[in-house]
Amino acid sequence: MKTESVQLPGKLSKREEDLRSSFLKQLETIPNSEKIKSCIQCGTCTGSCPVSYAMDISPREIIALFRAGDLETLLNSKSIWICASCYSCQTRCPSLIKVTDIMYALKRLAMEKGIFPKKFPAPALSETFVKVMNNYGRLHEPLLIVRFLLKTTPFKLLNMMPLSLKMAKRKRVAYVPSKIKGLEGFKKIIKKAELMDSPKELLEPQYLKGSVGYSAIAKETVMESKK
Amino acid sequence: MDYTYYPGCSLESAHKSYSDSVKKVFKHLDCNLIELEDWNCCGATAYMGVKETLSFAISARNLALAEKHKRDVIAPCSACYTVLSKTNRYLKQLPDFHQKVNECLKEAGLQYNLTASVRHPLDVLINDIGLDKIKEKCVRSLKGLKIANYYGCQLVRPERGFDDREVPMTMDNLFEACGAENVYYPFKVKCCGGMLMTTYEDIALKLSKEIIASAVENKADCIVTTCPLCQMNLEAYQDLINKHYNTNYDMPVFFFTQVLGMAFGFDEKELGIDTLLTKGIKLNGLTTIHN
Repeated sequence: MKTESVQLPGKLSKREEDLRSSFLKQLETIPNSEKIKSCIQCGTCTGSCPVSYAMDISPREIIALFRAGDLETLLNSKSIWICASCYSCQTRCPSLIKVTDIMYALKRLAMEKGIFPKKFPAPALSETFVKVMNNYGRLHEPLLIVRFLLKTTPFKLLNMMPLSLKMAKRKRVAYVPSKIKGLEGFKKIIKKAELMDSPKELLEPQYLKGSVGYSAIAKETVMESKK
Repeated sequence: MDYTYYPGCSLESAHKSYSDSVKKVFKHLDCNLIELEDWNCCGATAYMGVKETLSFAISARNLALAEKHKRDVIAPCSACYTVLSKTNRYLKQLPDFHQKVNECLKEAGLQYNLTASVRHPLDVLINDIGLDKIKEKCVRSLKGLKIANYYGCQLVRPERGFDDREVPMTMDNLFEACGAENVYYPFKVKCCGGMLMTTYEDIALKLSKEIIASAVENKADCIVTTCPLCQMNLEAYQDLINKHYNTNYDMPVFFFTQVLGMAFGFDEKELGIDTLLTKGIKLNGLTTIHN
């Protein structure tokens, strides 16, 4: 972790401020997302996570980094993309934090801002998935895998051959992608939704405004109790 | 009873056997599955990581199409089931967001009024049809078959649905009623790695290997699952797991409707069991009770 990227609680660089407001916007589509403030750092999420052993920043640390105001380090880690979305953490969190949904929100933030570690396969998969689906309305698995591998690791296509042949022999490969009839309407829905997603009015949700780092949270609680 | 059937993308191609066996089983129990006309992909786990309104809007399109028919929607794929029910739940909890999604749907002349209800076939079998009726309809006993019931992640999590999130029992109860033996299986809700098989293969291979190893250790004849992606990872990639870990696994992985279909007297071909890739299919020791 670069030391210069860690800001003192309460003080944020311009870039970090921008990331933070975009992230808070992403949280709006998660019910009760303000629970992120009540993390007690118990580590149940990390302990329950089947893939935390491969992460460079554990789920517990992810929440801590957000609260400390360092989203940039977080977005540059592999962790959010290693999450397999199994929901173990979310199920067990004693503070009812929707950890998996927060992982998704972080993935969206990384895609939106174009920040990810070098040589990274996971965003490419999501991107290819979206492209294939927008053209047909349904997912065609062979097309997804071929396009994804061409984009990332073309030599792996050869490795896939034995399995593909085996699958084809058992009639488990559909050669022609199926297309939905209402594709025109479907594309209109996508266009409208993309418009809603992209030009972000950067409004911060009221509940998290100004709360950066532990000191800020403490200040807020003091103020609330004085009321 | 009539249900709206949402097959999902993978049940159309690589896992047609799941779709076929679901249809066979429900027909045998006098339930009508009517396929949702012009359904689209639910978005699976990949879409959520790209755009938020978009991922909910495309999933809500299916719900909007389905609610017109006023029937429960059955989604056999665990990922479809989770994504569709999550969309349903979140739109109910976030009225502003629901309005936004409806604005998108309006572009295609659709509207979603939050009345659809998404169900999994396992839920319907246990809670609507009931074990008594299923027992009655059994033609063969599954006696002697040792099953490792693998529920995976998306079926039982994130919210508590029709079964417990840590120790689900519906599938165990179902096969116990059919006469099978359920082995001790501590990995029943552990993650198989899911989409990581394409992005971080090493991680997914390790997770899948542990799931198979636990079934072997507890002397199961087969693993039974509800999820197409789990089936793919555990079965189609078994060769790769063997190569990677120098093991010798040959564990068949069935969809739960395939095994139930065997109890209902269908043959292996009808249920698509012949499309499995593993060799060691051990369903031949089954005895016939009625005919």
